[in-house]
Amino acid sequence: MWRPSCSHESIKARAELYAQLRAFFMSRGVLEVETPVLSQSGSTDPYLESLCLDQDQTYYLQTSPEFAMKRLLASGIGDIYQVCKSFRCNEMSARHNPEFTMLEWYRIGFSLDELLQEIYALVSEVLDLPKEGGIISKPSSAYRLVTYKKAFNDILNINPFHEALSSLQAMCVREANYEGSPLDRDGCLDLLLSVCVEPSLGVDKPCFLIDYPESQAALARIEVDAEGDRVGKRAELYIRGLELANAYDELTDATEQRRRFEEDLLMRSELGLPNVTPDSRLLEALEDGIPACAGVALGIDRLLMLKMGASSLADVVAFPHERA
Amino acid sequence: MLDRSALPCFRKFLFRVHRKWAILGEKMANFSTNDFRSGLKVMLDGDPCAIIDNELVKPGKGQAFSRCKLRNLKTGRVWERTFKSGESLEGADVMDYDMEYLYTDGEFWHFMMTDGSFEQHAADEKAVEDAIKWLKEQDVYTVTLYNGAPLSVAPANFVELEVVETDPGLKGDTAQGGTKPATLTTGAVVNVPLFINVGEVLKIDTRVGEYVSRAKG
Repeated sequence: MWRPSCSHESIKARAELYAQLRAFFMSRGVLEVETPVLSQSGSTDPYLESLCLDQDQTYYLQTSPEFAMKRLLASGIGDIYQVCKSFRCNEMSARHNPEFTMLEWYRIGFSLDELLQEIYALVSEVLDLPKEGGIISKPSSAYRLVTYKKAFNDILNINPFHEALSSLQAMCVREANYEGSPLDRDGCLDLLLSVCVEPSLGVDKPCFLIDYPESQAALARIEVDAEGDRVGKRAELYIRGLELANAYDELTDATEQRRRFEEDLLMRSELGLPNVTPDSRLLEALEDGIPACAGVALGIDRLLMLKMGASSLADVVAFPHERA
Repeated sequence: MLDRSALPCFRKFLFRVHRKWAILGEKMANFSTNDFRSGLKVMLDGDPCAIIDNELVKPGKGQAFSRCKLRNLKTGRVWERTFKSGESLEGADVMDYDMEYLYTDGEFWHFMMTDGSFEQHAADEKAVEDAIKWLKEQDVYTVTLYNGAPLSVAPANFVELEVVETDPGLKGDTAQGGTKPATLTTGAVVNVPLFINVGEVLKIDTRVGEYVSRAKG
């Protein structure tokens, strides 16, 4: 068990990838930055478990560099990117490692459309995919844009925004053999998405899943879609069923951010999860004003999996958790 | 301090205490989905199950789930279930022990612990079902106890058994690759090469019920 689980070829491919993406951002005038991995505040997201260090004061290992990077944006730094380690407790599978490498970048004044084009430009360069752009209103032939609503409708024949909870719950039992305490609406949708929808996303060409239900907006802005449903302006990139990146039209409103923190903390206490200190410095930064921007987090280890045609993170990470 | 010579006795005592607790319905530990590993024994729908496989699934943001494959240890059937990440199942009081097969009285098959405790367990027909045609007195088997009673009996992957009945061997017919049925001491019938004779001891792979070779000296 002292040996690396992946080949030297994979280790070299990672080094090449880093050089490639640094050149990519350099040519586009995006600045590389570094922010702390250890922070006094943690992610309030009820479904992310931060690893904590308890010294004289609790410090959290970041689940993503988002908050610190947004503080830099508020300081007026401009377009930025970062490659860093992020940590999520208890997430372990062929596609998850509690410690993983994340690429996160922010573009000032970009629409979500423009950011998706840039994400595709980077990914297509790394994976040698056809280079063609496209926008939401005018889909490209190189990648697909599928709304959350359409994906559920195509695969499960339901409208995820309006299907009755009892019917969603029955579906979870039928489609995924769910057993245990009753799932709430988002729980049902998360399960059906993971088990039924995801495997068919991005099979023939990369696919962005867009326009999430409002309750799953996370840190994205809310808009109203053509049918009058409130949707979160979020996009997840899938390639061959593998979820690779999560992009937001970023929430810049401090009051709304504060409200979402409070909602998260309430949910945490209802679920009996540990309380987390929300990032008051992010709120201060948002209050001072952050430029309109779009941002994305991309899993570097998973991108390498796709590049190497690997089926497990252990094939691209030298020392995965059990060998760490 | 415990005297060394008293250790086997003490172990036996612990073993009995453990059994008694289980029989009295003392709750076993609960295991969260984060503890689910292949081989862990848990209770599901009132039956003891062994986890075969556990896969975490999670959309980019949102709730995580454990998709599990479990073998029902009573029926042998494989169940697929999905649990919310972090939910728990009660552990099943299921343990594997090495035991020597003693005899059958027609209704029960009697086994004895090989740990020096001489403790005996009677397995019913259902428990010995998969092993019955390989059972040879004084050989050691893996007996799975559930709440202190035999749930299943498994033979070693390879056993050595004597041929009691087969057609006469054909000398020199080693290259043809033909086979014939042979009955072993336990009553099991396996296909063997034509050159095998009554009285020979054969090595058998119990997982597939096939002849492997003549047993070495």
